[in-house]
Amino acid sequence: MTSRYQQTNPQAGPHVRNPGKVPSLMTTVLIALLPATVFGIYIFGLPALNTVVLCLLSAFLFESLCVWLVKKRIRLVLFDGSALLTGLLLALTLPPWAPWWISVGGTGFAIIVGKHVYGGLGQNPFNPAMLARVALLLSFPLQMTAWVNPAPLFSANSPGVMDSLFTTFGGMDIPDALSGATLLGQVKTDLGQGLGLNSLLVNYYDPLLNGIGFTSGSLGETSSLLILLGGVYLIWRGIINWQLPLSLLISVTVISSLFYGFNPEQYASPLYHLSSGALMLGAFFILTDPVTTPATIRGQVIFGTSCGLLVYVIRTWGGYPEGVAFAVLLMNGLTPLIDHYFKPRQYGRNRQGSPLAMPSLSDVKSRTRS
Amino acid sequence: MKLFGFRGGVHPEALKHHTEAHPIRKLPMPRRLYIPLQQHIGAPAKAEVEAGDRVDKGQLLARSQGLISAPVHAPTSGTIVAIEERPAPHPTGLPVKTIVIETDGQDRSFLNATAAGDPFNLSPEEIANRVGQAGIVGMGGATFPSAVKLMPNPNSPIHTLIINGSECEPYLTCDDRLMQERPNEVIDGIRLIRHALKANCAILAIEDNKPAAYAAMMHAAEETGGVQVIQIPSRYPMGWEKQLVQIVTGHEIPHGQLPGGVGVCVHNVGTAFAIHRTLRADHPLLSRIVTVSGGAIKRPQNLEVPIGALISDLIEFCGGLTEPPARLVMGGPMMGQVMPHQQVPIVKGSSGILALSHHEIDDGPERPCIRCGRCVMACPVGLMPLEMGAKMRSDDVTGAEALGVQDCISCGCCSYVCPSKIPLVQYFNYAKGELQSRRAAKSKTDQTREWAQARIERLEREALEKAELKAQRAAAKAEKEARSAERKAAEKSQ
Repeated sequence: MTSRYQQTNPQAGPHVRNPGKVPSLMTTVLIALLPATVFGIYIFGLPALNTVVLCLLSAFLFESLCVWLVKKRIRLVLFDGSALLTGLLLALTLPPWAPWWISVGGTGFAIIVGKHVYGGLGQNPFNPAMLARVALLLSFPLQMTAWVNPAPLFSANSPGVMDSLFTTFGGMDIPDALSGATLLGQVKTDLGQGLGLNSLLVNYYDPLLNGIGFTSGSLGETSSLLILLGGVYLIWRGIINWQLPLSLLISVTVISSLFYGFNPEQYASPLYHLSSGALMLGAFFILTDPVTTPATIRGQVIFGTSCGLLVYVIRTWGGYPEGVAFAVLLMNGLTPLIDHYFKPRQYGRNRQGSPLAMPSLSDVKSRTRS
Repeated sequence: MKLFGFRGGVHPEALKHHTEAHPIRKLPMPRRLYIPLQQHIGAPAKAEVEAGDRVDKGQLLARSQGLISAPVHAPTSGTIVAIEERPAPHPTGLPVKTIVIETDGQDRSFLNATAAGDPFNLSPEEIANRVGQAGIVGMGGATFPSAVKLMPNPNSPIHTLIINGSECEPYLTCDDRLMQERPNEVIDGIRLIRHALKANCAILAIEDNKPAAYAAMMHAAEETGGVQVIQIPSRYPMGWEKQLVQIVTGHEIPHGQLPGGVGVCVHNVGTAFAIHRTLRADHPLLSRIVTVSGGAIKRPQNLEVPIGALISDLIEFCGGLTEPPARLVMGGPMMGQVMPHQQVPIVKGSSGILALSHHEIDDGPERPCIRCGRCVMACPVGLMPLEMGAKMRSDDVTGAEALGVQDCISCGCCSYVCPSKIPLVQYFNYAKGELQSRRAAKSKTDQTREWAQARIERLEREALEKAELKAQRAAAKAEKEARSAERKAAEKSQ
């Protein structure tokens, strides 16, 4: 009898594998992003739907192009879901009513320059979505800060189908009634004019509304609670670990509490920082991109903590109101170094790699059970 | 009892339900047995019989060669048909010297079961000696000659004897069934080992997914005393000796040391049973219990199999195959070895025969590493498999060595959890082999260089000696000439 095992090459174990596979990991992350995405489309209307669809479509097309150019196995690479994830993550960080070329160009930049230039999935040093977001912000500051106030679908202010197409493809300006500033941006501007935080925030900061996400901001970043929900789902499913997001959140909480306690007129509260901007999305979906972050738990805690400090520093003293993308990219650059210096200790060796000292005879005897 | 922690490990699906409830059945004696001379770590045994000889059950077939070696015995009576090179139980199927016995079905015994006295009166040296003569090796699959681990070492006395009943590999239940069905024999074996080692305590550690075995062993241990039976969490690779020592005693064995260095000795339950048989009934190691399982086996079960039976004999007895297996494995699914075909014999270390179906192996295509770090969390040694794998993909064996690939125990946890299905263990085994051959090549070059240097030195020395001799001769000649010149001058002057 001849069967297939007789023809295959000898293979080392294990002969059974964990059922988890890369495409299913990516799909689970996409599912976890669904609530925040749907909510973003709901509160910002059809133009936001255009942005999401454009990013997903162009991610798929650019990925196909790259895979075809480098002659990889198209079906294997194309359907691993990583390109769609990059596209969706970028869409969630864009202004909801972004013009089509921002979505398409940004996604192209993320897929081509952010990923395939380095050799495709797993090879890129920087988070592709964050790289594209920063490139867009630096190149097109006007379009990238054109925020709109929430106008839920089917409400009076929400644009119809034609209006939404004009907004996305026709370069139609955002109506004055809808244009607004993000909380972080507004506070930064007003603080610059010497106003105190307490008098300022009463006007436009409602912690509950900010947490649920009925504020102006990036397409999918406004609802901290829904993103948190997705993140908890990922932790429960074992897709991400809790140490990395938690270290970022704790680090931001600790440093903002310190300064808030020191001078609440000048420095915003921890809750304000946690529920604003890209922090939640960053904690659960950007920092947890495994490719660009350290592989060990210790490394990840260092990564998350440093990111938190950087975010706070950029938000408070930097030129931009939001710093998650910059902080993540800076720390991405340090990932190889962190991985080099924070390896696990090998069994039977100390951290330097030399064998452990032999236990003394009395120690051995004391541990002996009788 | 308090247990200590350790890092890494995975929780593979146990899949022991196929076989754990079925009693051990005896494989009918096959018509031919194929007994390799190398079934253990160390030097191969040397054949003591010749083709055409008639042998009885238990008769010595091949003698142990040196300290780390083990003899083999005839599992039944019959005639030696040939001593020839046959495929070994190894992925390559490369040949190894094998004694082929045509069995006669009479099972005539050479053994004298009544001869054995009370083994507790024997000295440790005698026990080690008899275990060595019985050809007993580590039955968990390591196949290290057990006698070596029983010899008393005055420099590092053994305080704690740990008996490994963890059986952490999925599918396998041979130790589980052994403990369920023959608990008194196992306990007696453990007590004998403890006696030989003069250990203060003996602890039998069983994974908590084997409640029936635990209950049976507890009951047997209560009757005799002297053995503590404990449950340990089910987590692969719990059966790794160093891990087991750490979880039970809290001692981490320093790199390059054996458990004996911290006063601990580890034996397998199967070994304890074999030692009981040898010391109580003067019965050498002639058979073992093998789990025959996997999705392609019609009636998975545990069999007591004479050493040398072919895999095809076992599969046939279990009702044959339901489908052509995607992979035929000897041992467990995590660390077992792929067999080239079914015409390979069972050896002393064969704990299982698995015929795995396509949906069980489910490898899927290999994808790029996404650096998810699951392998780092899973590695019980504390290595970074993803980094070593990246080095190996660019053929950088030296780089992998710097990351510690030599410490890898090939347990397979990293490959098991990898969502990209990268065959990491395959890479690391290759790296270890490559490093070993490099070391061998280096020592060869060093030797050659030494010899060449010695030759140059010898030639120089010889040249020097020659030159000296020449100079001496020249000096002697000059003196002679000078003297003759003097004489001539004197003659002239006269």
